Amino acid sequence: MTDLAAAGKALDITRIRQDFPILSETVNGKPLVYLDNGASAQKPTAVLDAMDHYFRTSHSNVHRGAHTLGDRATTLFEGARETVRSFLNARSTNEVIWTRGTTEAINVVANGLAETLSEGDEILVSRMEHHANIVPWQMIAERTGAVIRPIEITPAGEIDESSFDGRLASDRARILAITHVSNVLGTVVPLERLLTKARERGLYTVVDGAQAVPHYQPDVQALACDFYVFSGHKLFGPTGIGVLYGRETLMEAMPPLQGGGEMIERVSFEKTTWNTLPYKFEAGTPPVAEAVGLGAAIDYLGQFSRESLETAEQALLQRANELVETVPGLSVIGTATHKVPVMSFKMEGLHPSDIGTLLDQQGIAIRTGHHCAMPLMDYYGVPGTARASFAFYNTLDEVEQLFQALQKIQRLFAE
Amino acid sequence: MTDAVADSFINNPLGQKVTIDDVVEGFEFLDDWEERYAYIIDLGRQLPTFPESEKVEDNYVHGCQSQVWLIHHVDPDTGKLFLLIDSDAMIVRGLAAIILVALNARTPQDLLDVDLDTLFEQLDLFRHISPTRGNGLRAMITQIRGVAAEAAA
Repeated sequence: MTDLAAAGKALDITRIRQDFPILSETVNGKPLVYLDNGASAQKPTAVLDAMDHYFRTSHSNVHRGAHTLGDRATTLFEGARETVRSFLNARSTNEVIWTRGTTEAINVVANGLAETLSEGDEILVSRMEHHANIVPWQMIAERTGAVIRPIEITPAGEIDESSFDGRLASDRARILAITHVSNVLGTVVPLERLLTKARERGLYTVVDGAQAVPHYQPDVQALACDFYVFSGHKLFGPTGIGVLYGRETLMEAMPPLQGGGEMIERVSFEKTTWNTLPYKFEAGTPPVAEAVGLGAAIDYLGQFSRESLETAEQALLQRANELVETVPGLSVIGTATHKVPVMSFKMEGLHPSDIGTLLDQQGIAIRTGHHCAMPLMDYYGVPGTARASFAFYNTLDEVEQLFQALQKIQRLFAE
Repeated sequence: MTDAVADSFINNPLGQKVTIDDVVEGFEFLDDWEERYAYIIDLGRQLPTFPESEKVEDNYVHGCQSQVWLIHHVDPDTGKLFLLIDSDAMIVRGLAAIILVALNARTPQDLLDVDLDTLFEQLDLFRHISPTRGNGLRAMITQIRGVAAEAAA
């Protein structure tokens, strides 16, 4: 057994799997093998219980304060915000804004920064961004006359740093919007280095952490980015909740995207003044149970050392890499040196949807298609890829099942 | 329409030489999913050649993960509606072939009377054409029925 496999075993994956009830489901008569964690991760009982308990004992509207339930709900809700603050190592809970997810968070930032832009200013985004980190910028580019400048990647799927340096050298470069981890390729972007350079050039820096937080715990102070955003549901928490971390001084100056209740200090028909941070960006009744659920997910993860989770995950990726050659015609897309356990691939003569359909028949869930990253698909000249994305609760046996299933598919089409 | 394209329409075996009964019977002898899908893939291989010149935006079926093309032709003598489909995904081609077996070379009213859902349920393939699956087969069927409704009107 390799060292990696030994360390993975030390986590007691069998016991951990019992924390995730859905992993015992059967699909098409076979035990579920869930390898679509990059799209959405499954939820431990701790999250389900926290949300259930909240609704059964504490639900009320938050920050309205006239009665006991309101206090309970607010305490849990703000407690979850503190949990996220601690998770990100943000300076203050004023820097932690609840959103519906990564997409909304990026839209809030893009809208907030729009008024700093003028015609010809440049927004740098990488070739491997998810559409959620492209389209909001295009929308404000249209409004302000700013332009989007892509940062190219290498064939292995890493940031082409000469392209990055070239884009950064422009006097008009204003914003760097970049992913921490590629959702398609699994590439871990060397953020520290890139952010340092961007900061030296005075750019606003926005990091899409949606695919990173299930694997790494970002320290926003160490990264020194201006904004870091992620979704709860990929972090083993509920859907409908996400986080926008933003540097307090910038957030103070930014206008909110939505107006409504909660986010105001005073409203008259002549003038409305905004509430203080973080409420300024949280119009309407917030997703309280979802915030509580996300807090519970982070607490649940807190019982493990991040190193042990990473070791277990890397063992899965290593095994997958070893098994690639057992499937004739299979090639991996994205071979960066530093990757999270994500494997995009194609098979000769097959459309990704064929692969997905036939894996589903065998109880194996993966994602197929363009993964909301069409500029990246264009770069690789494929209509889409099949993507297996692993979480720490996956087993080496499941990786082997995936490749046995792919061998069957390959034989089926070769007949 | 060129003669070659006309021939492709008229000589499409699916729905003519190959009938629903053939397919239902074919499925009866298949034991496991591998045999079933091998059969579906094989049906897909029987799709007649789709003319490259017809792969244009107007004939593109949107809403599919794979690329899907659909053209039709009403035979002026018999009033029958002939269909041709192509896709770059093998399973979609196979499922499209089953759809053609059920719907091709019928009069528009006949076509509209076909209960495809029941057929796909009988073949245990309903999930593939259910509206929750984003593979575009539902879009393909809707489009074919739209063509038939227009031709029948």
